[in-house]
Amino acid sequence: MKIDASKPLEYATEENSNKIFGFWVFLGAEIPLFATLFTVYFIMVNRYASGPSGREIFEIGPVLIETFLLLSSSFTIGLAIHAMRHGYKKAMMVFMAITLLMGLGFIGIEIDEFFTYIHEGATLQTSGFLSSLFVLLGTHGAHVSFGFLWGVAIMIQLWRQGINPATANKAFIFSLFWHFLDVVWIFIFSFVYLKGLM
Amino acid sequence: MNKKGPLYAFFLSLVLLLPGCSSLAVLNPKGPAARTLSDTIILSILVMLGVLAVVYILFVFVLVKYRAKKSNEGYIPPHEEGNKWLEAIWIIIPIIIVAFLSVVTVKTTSEVENVAAEYKDQKPLVIYASSSNWKWHFSYPEEGIETVNYVNIPVHRAVEFRMYSFGTITSLWIPQLAGQKYAMSDMLTTLHLSADTEGSYIGKNANFSGKGFAHMEFEALVMSSNGYDEWVKEVKETAEPLTEDAFKELLAIEHIGRKTYSSTHLTFSPPPMDHSEMDGEEINHENMHHDNGSKEHQENEHIHPSPEPSSDTEFNGEPEPELDQPLPSSPVEEHTHNSSN
Amino acid sequence: MDLERFKVHGEPLIYGAMISIALATIGIIVGLTYFKKWGYLWREWLTTVDHKRIGVMYILAALLMLFRGGIDAMMMRLQTAAPEMKFLDAQHYNEVFTTHGLIMILFMAMPFIIGLMNVIIPLQIGARDVAFPRLNAVSFWLFFFGAMLLNISFVIGGSPDAGWSAYFPLASLEFSPTVGNNYYSLALQISGIGTLITGVNFIVTILKMRAPGMTLMKMPMFTWSVLITNIIIVFAFPVLTVALALMMFDRLFGSQFFTMANGGMDMLWANLFWVWGHPEVYIVILPAFGIYSEIIATFSKKNLYGYTSMVFSMLIISLLSFLVWTHHFYTMGQGVMVNSFFSITTMAIAVPTGVKIFNWLFTLRKGRITFNTPMLYTLAFIPIFTIGGVTGVMLAMASADYQYHNTMFLVAHFHYVLIPGAVFAVIAGFHYWFPKVFGFRLNDRLGRHAFWWIAISFNVTFFPLFFLGLMGMTRRTYTYSAETGYGPLNMLSFAGAIGLSIGFLLLVYNIYWSTRYMPKDKTGDPWDGRTLEWATGSPIPAYNFAVVPNVKTRDAFWSAKQDNIPLFEEKITKIHMPSNTGKPFILGVIFFFFGFSLVFSLWIPAILSGIGILIVMATMSFDRDHGFYIPAEEVIATEKKLRGETV
Repeated sequence: MKIDASKPLEYATEENSNKIFGFWVFLGAEIPLFATLFTVYFIMVNRYASGPSGREIFEIGPVLIETFLLLSSSFTIGLAIHAMRHGYKKAMMVFMAITLLMGLGFIGIEIDEFFTYIHEGATLQTSGFLSSLFVLLGTHGAHVSFGFLWGVAIMIQLWRQGINPATANKAFIFSLFWHFLDVVWIFIFSFVYLKGLM
Repeated sequence: MNKKGPLYAFFLSLVLLLPGCSSLAVLNPKGPAARTLSDTIILSILVMLGVLAVVYILFVFVLVKYRAKKSNEGYIPPHEEGNKWLEAIWIIIPIIIVAFLSVVTVKTTSEVENVAAEYKDQKPLVIYASSSNWKWHFSYPEEGIETVNYVNIPVHRAVEFRMYSFGTITSLWIPQLAGQKYAMSDMLTTLHLSADTEGSYIGKNANFSGKGFAHMEFEALVMSSNGYDEWVKEVKETAEPLTEDAFKELLAIEHIGRKTYSSTHLTFSPPPMDHSEMDGEEINHENMHHDNGSKEHQENEHIHPSPEPSSDTEFNGEPEPELDQPLPSSPVEEHTHNSSN
Repeated sequence: MDLERFKVHGEPLIYGAMISIALATIGIIVGLTYFKKWGYLWREWLTTVDHKRIGVMYILAALLMLFRGGIDAMMMRLQTAAPEMKFLDAQHYNEVFTTHGLIMILFMAMPFIIGLMNVIIPLQIGARDVAFPRLNAVSFWLFFFGAMLLNISFVIGGSPDAGWSAYFPLASLEFSPTVGNNYYSLALQISGIGTLITGVNFIVTILKMRAPGMTLMKMPMFTWSVLITNIIIVFAFPVLTVALALMMFDRLFGSQFFTMANGGMDMLWANLFWVWGHPEVYIVILPAFGIYSEIIATFSKKNLYGYTSMVFSMLIISLLSFLVWTHHFYTMGQGVMVNSFFSITTMAIAVPTGVKIFNWLFTLRKGRITFNTPMLYTLAFIPIFTIGGVTGVMLAMASADYQYHNTMFLVAHFHYVLIPGAVFAVIAGFHYWFPKVFGFRLNDRLGRHAFWWIAISFNVTFFPLFFLGLMGMTRRTYTYSAETGYGPLNMLSFAGAIGLSIGFLLLVYNIYWSTRYMPKDKTGDPWDGRTLEWATGSPIPAYNFAVVPNVKTRDAFWSAKQDNIPLFEEKITKIHMPSNTGKPFILGVIFFFFGFSLVFSLWIPAILSGIGILIVMATMSFDRDHGFYIPAEEVIATEKKLRGETV
């Protein structure tokens, strides 16, 4: 493996560089995925039949906390990568752990949100609107959950191997994924919750 | 190696026989809408034959002239990058052809989506066509009768089918009278047609809808004006009315022959929300049920009061005048509302 | 547990199929054991990450699926050959035409094309493999097990029966209560993930791993077509992913996306399906165009005319392909404005396509044309596909489409673009690149024989369908009455179908005969080729190129031969290769069980398989195997052997 010392470690080999580029392409595929889910949601947003509308079930409190957690976790993963660039393994692990914990918090609140809706009689099966709400939020949540597991796997590898081209590459790609999920959340927050509550 | 040439000439000649083939229902129109479409199709065939001719002649010429033979053993083909002018020609001419066909398309689509020009001053005869597995129900609100698996219409009369489905998406198609259109469960679609020749025409469902799909053929019988009136009178006098129970049973039967009734199911089973002419226009919400609970409509209830939900719906036993009023007009529609006929 | 759901009742045909599948499976297991080939199978094929082997497996699967889909077609043609035939009842006919469509498009055309991509692209760009070899294997096994999941439906539970387009409400639980359409949503989903990964893989490969000196505008046209195709894949397949997921939620979990009440919208399915569905047909045709470009140039001994236009035309086609989807349902009541817009965008695609046809014709002009098997398929494509293309323009006109929609006219059109377009291309590509992969050519006489059977029979089979459509015959009807008059043309079509079967059987026989009798090709360049894949030895060594080539022109290999421009100037050093791994295969197997469990709503096995998938993914993450090196001496020795020198 030829290492190009002029580049950051995650880009330093040809394979590493290709993996990062490949992941950007993959994010290019995730965009139509979420765009389609948003489109379905916007088409279905007023089709709540005899069930509740968004206005009736959305609660701004938990949503604000979710937003704070996810946006902050984007910041902390940025700090983690910054620490990685400087070779500070311990700092990197700490920041990653905080990121993942905040992600876990986000998921916890979202699961609680879903159970609240279900308790109120707003389920996946109630109406077109609710089906599309659950699937949009759920797909994002599933991505965050998967990200949590992936992040844990990377942390274990970091702990065992330290920062090397392979682990740096994985951590960087993970951070791209995490930032992407954050951007999607901003759209959800704005166009699902805020717009729905107006 | 050029046995291909004669083969293609053969197939081309087959296509050229088309205008003479009246066994092709689509090219044997019996009404203005179908005629517009038939003319459009023949026009497009002629244009496309021109395109094919250009390609085929070039193709055969090139293959014959430049094939490898003993005599050109040492021939080394030149390196050719391309030619700007040729590219320009074979881009611009197709663009012109596409532009021409686009104009034809817009014009003819608009024509067939509206009442035919020669019947514009008529009030169209409204017939609700609905499909259930696997049959067609034709409800005539103006006459107050209903038929299953056949439809009779008067000649020289604009007919407006308003279509929907009790289940799967189906497509009402009477090829010799008009193009087809889907009938769906959550909205009403409109098909304009008229016939200028009396006769019996085959109608079918053109959208696959399951096991009994192949058995959804129906007859569209075009009668003289008097013949039609007499038939309606006979139905009202001799046929049974359609009760809600009988209709429920009817819906559940998979295959049934023809049935005739002296009342319609529209009274107790109204069609879905009518947005078929939406095109951005305001919809008259006055007499509509909204089972999809659109928020805006609910808020505007006091402006457009909808009737109280009850077993007494907006369609009661007597044919309501509203039912055969023309639908709210869109920028595309131009018919006037004189009652005539 | 209700075991009835698993059984498929009915006719001798189905029991016959069950027995053949069982016998074939037993035969394979017995054969492998007797010849002690399990180890070989595992080491060389099931765990391979070599793009050439993966490509061969794709093509093998595609050939098998071609026969499965072809038998479906023969059954359909037989059933409709005469009025009121009793060969297939409505339910079985519906399952047959649904699986015919699904198999031919998704499990025959796609894998054949992806297989050729896999074998050829790294070679054409002078690379040693694709960017992500292990993911490449994952793509194959996901495709394979998705295909197997669909195929097993025939004998366990029943096949999907709502058409390959699975419109709702027909495909909803209410109107399709059996598991058939569950198979649809899950098998396609699993294969689709594989295809999406391929999309990412080949974009990175082509953009990042070209040999030094090969700028984008020096790439072979097949490579360009593959690059553009994979960009379409990346943007189109996620829409299918969502559509299938929503379908699964409706059918398995009672959601209201496409239902008839409670806010569902059946038209939404049609829109989502075709937003993916139209780009999909361009995914299938663009690489075909690329293959034709290669073959025309090679066998007229002339460079491709209008290279830049050819690239731009494919770019425009790919862009427009996302803007036309509504032409698949002009009759859904959108109104004049919407239909007019889509008519115009649809007809617009004819312009860049025409540009390509003319550029091919002008490549042939002033060339020196040889008529061997791959060239015959390529040449036949031009006049026959053009019929498909012009009937496409006819269909594009919304008003006229009100009479063509869902009739046999439409069926004729799409077979006239798909078969001469995609199928002839993959057959031509198969014959063209066969000697590169296997080291001997397919017999040309037999090949030409099969070609004529196929080319002529194709027209006999499908041309009558244009007339049947204009006579009012709709598609997907299992029978018709004698009074309709549809009998004679359908019988003619059936005769053509028999001819097609003969042609395809001859094609397969050719493979067998040539394997036994054709002489080995030692040169690696049997056609005097123009592009880099012909610059490798025969058989191709695992590492493809001993030395990475230095590219200076288009048609780099041709320039090297003609103008003595050297290609391989570097010294041989050790070569890094990826290691084989069984994880992609295992992942595929678990996905199969995951899909099967969901089809039958077996929640515990589904959850367990889901966890299994995550576990395998974790092991792939923790995998620290970064491959191995082939020492320089071994490379030098291999190269010497390929050149025929003694070592």
